[in-house]
Amino acid sequence: MQLSRDDLKRAYRRMVTIRIFEERVTKEFAAGNIPGFAHVYLGQEASGVGVCFDLTDEDHIGSTHRGHGHCIAKGVDVRGMMHEIMGKRDGLCGGKGGSMHIADLSKGMLGANAIVGGAPPIAVGAALTHKYRKSGRVAVAFTGDGASNQGTVFEALNMAVVLKVPCIFAFENNGYGEHTAVSYACGAPSMAERVRGFGLPCEVVDGMDFFAVQAAMKRALDHARAGNGPYALELQCKRFLGHFIGDPQAYRTPEELAEARSHDPIPKFRRRVLEAGLLDEADLDAIDREVGDEVESAVASGMAAPSPDPAKDLTRDVYVKYA
Amino acid sequence: MSKKTYLQAINEAIKQEMRRDPNIIVLGEDVAGGQGGSGEVGGVGSVFGQMQGVYKEFGPERVIDTPISESAIVGAAAGAALTGLRPIAELMFVDFVGVCFDQIYNQIAKFRYMFGGKAKTPMVLRTAAGAGFRGAAQHSQTLHPLFTMVPGLKVAMPSNPYDAKGLLIQAIRDDDPVIFIESKFLFGMEGEVPDEAYRIPFGEAHIAREGTDLTFVAFGAMVPRALAVAAELAKENVSVEVVDPRTTSPLDEEAILDSVGKTGRLVVIDESPPRCSLAADIAGLVADRGFRSLRAPVKQVTCPHTPVPFAPALEDEYMPNPRRIMEAARAVLAA
Repeated sequence: MQLSRDDLKRAYRRMVTIRIFEERVTKEFAAGNIPGFAHVYLGQEASGVGVCFDLTDEDHIGSTHRGHGHCIAKGVDVRGMMHEIMGKRDGLCGGKGGSMHIADLSKGMLGANAIVGGAPPIAVGAALTHKYRKSGRVAVAFTGDGASNQGTVFEALNMAVVLKVPCIFAFENNGYGEHTAVSYACGAPSMAERVRGFGLPCEVVDGMDFFAVQAAMKRALDHARAGNGPYALELQCKRFLGHFIGDPQAYRTPEELAEARSHDPIPKFRRRVLEAGLLDEADLDAIDREVGDEVESAVASGMAAPSPDPAKDLTRDVYVKYA
Repeated sequence: MSKKTYLQAINEAIKQEMRRDPNIIVLGEDVAGGQGGSGEVGGVGSVFGQMQGVYKEFGPERVIDTPISESAIVGAAAGAALTGLRPIAELMFVDFVGVCFDQIYNQIAKFRYMFGGKAKTPMVLRTAAGAGFRGAAQHSQTLHPLFTMVPGLKVAMPSNPYDAKGLLIQAIRDDDPVIFIESKFLFGMEGEVPDEAYRIPFGEAHIAREGTDLTFVAFGAMVPRALAVAAELAKENVSVEVVDPRTTSPLDEEAILDSVGKTGRLVVIDESPPRCSLAADIAGLVADRGFRSLRAPVKQVTCPHTPVPFAPALEDEYMPNPRRIMEAARAVLAA
């Protein structure tokens, strides 16, 4: 473990931010303060934070419908996110994207994507830009186990190999695509084995362990940045809640849900750094409090913020310029 | 100025723009051709020759042959455009849009709006369209209405070599995603094309022929047919105005309404099945905003509500042909 105290605090802060943000989104959704539908990232915090930990704002990620965690992991502002998810005019996307289309290009976040399998081809294109410009940067395609069965993902994998672009495919296998288990929907015995068939390395990683994810991602980055083409990770995760907020999840037994919670990446991280004497309780508790305040403040300001104005906002920003 | 074909005009526009702007890359199936083979690389230059010589001049970093993976082609162009390049992607035949339409209408068309005006997707998707080549149902469609109805896309349909070059240069320099529909029927058409680069603004119709008795509105490969019928009618002292909108999105509504305001009669000629076509769209526009200037019902000359047939005897009747255009014109003139 070569992470500094500041690195560890940054990792913990990002994971806790995702946790508190998503718990609050769940609560505000139930209270009717968030329109539409929302898919939360609870349980997968170590995966997104581990993958994005060594990325810069110039590296790009393409995300999924379960994209809040990826945004936070990539450093996107929580207040702008909460306002966006609430459909407010000063949200990150002016209230026009919402939970499933949240994006922040200034942070290299190319958008949550509500089309399952929509983002990987786009990430290949961002990686093509990096290859063409010799920028030394990479693009990451976050992809769920559900999307791993989409043709677009197969096309993107093959194209990335053929064009030898610095694209990292982060397959987050959380066990379920919507309400169907991966064991049913993925015909291959191993998702990683299938990915390797496309001609790129694919590591199987404990996606509930920040340190395992961060270390694997480091190897992926070294590979891609050295000009060796794409790399893949199968991040084995647990989805704590249902497909969307409000999903009763009758298809999962109480025992399975409890087992999933036993892998919680946040207590695991705390134990690890405390036992190794890398951080102390006071450091971690202070982060919990600060993040709690930050999310509280984002909700309060989001509730008070104005909605977009149909007269001004409905028809703008369809084009840069429409003659 | 010199005589060039529609195909040469497209090729010249791409080369001149690539010389000007190193951010322009080209990607598609066989845009170079021959990769991995035992012979020459770059000799294909796209299936109709639009990219002839482009690989030779600009090399493999900028002229990228892809697998036959249309979703990945359009998606990669989208991602490259979002991150600062100006890709020109090629969809060999517009009919293949079925396997990549998500990337077009859910992705590239929507980024800017979904992301609150903070994204730009400056890419061109060039594609070849149209019947008349015995290509049958899956290689002969036009499909411009599909693109035209999607907010966020611009759609250009050049009808002659001059417009092909000027509209393509505009498309490449445009900051919005543009679907550039090349007419297979017109690739060999010759016309005067300036040697230097020039742009034709989108949303500005070309009055291809001035007239006072009857307006024809036609798109792409239908414009030369409309002009031929207009020339026939001129022999009978009927003065036909031919309006070529050049882009279906944005559409120059004022040019159409002005022309109908002058002539009072309208025939729309559209190589497309009739339902939800540009013909229906323009008939609706004129009913809404030009009704009082109409002296006769609007006639639409379209394809029938069928797939494109193979047999020459059927395909020739499928496309709007001079006889059907003439019949519609006479019906409107007699009303």
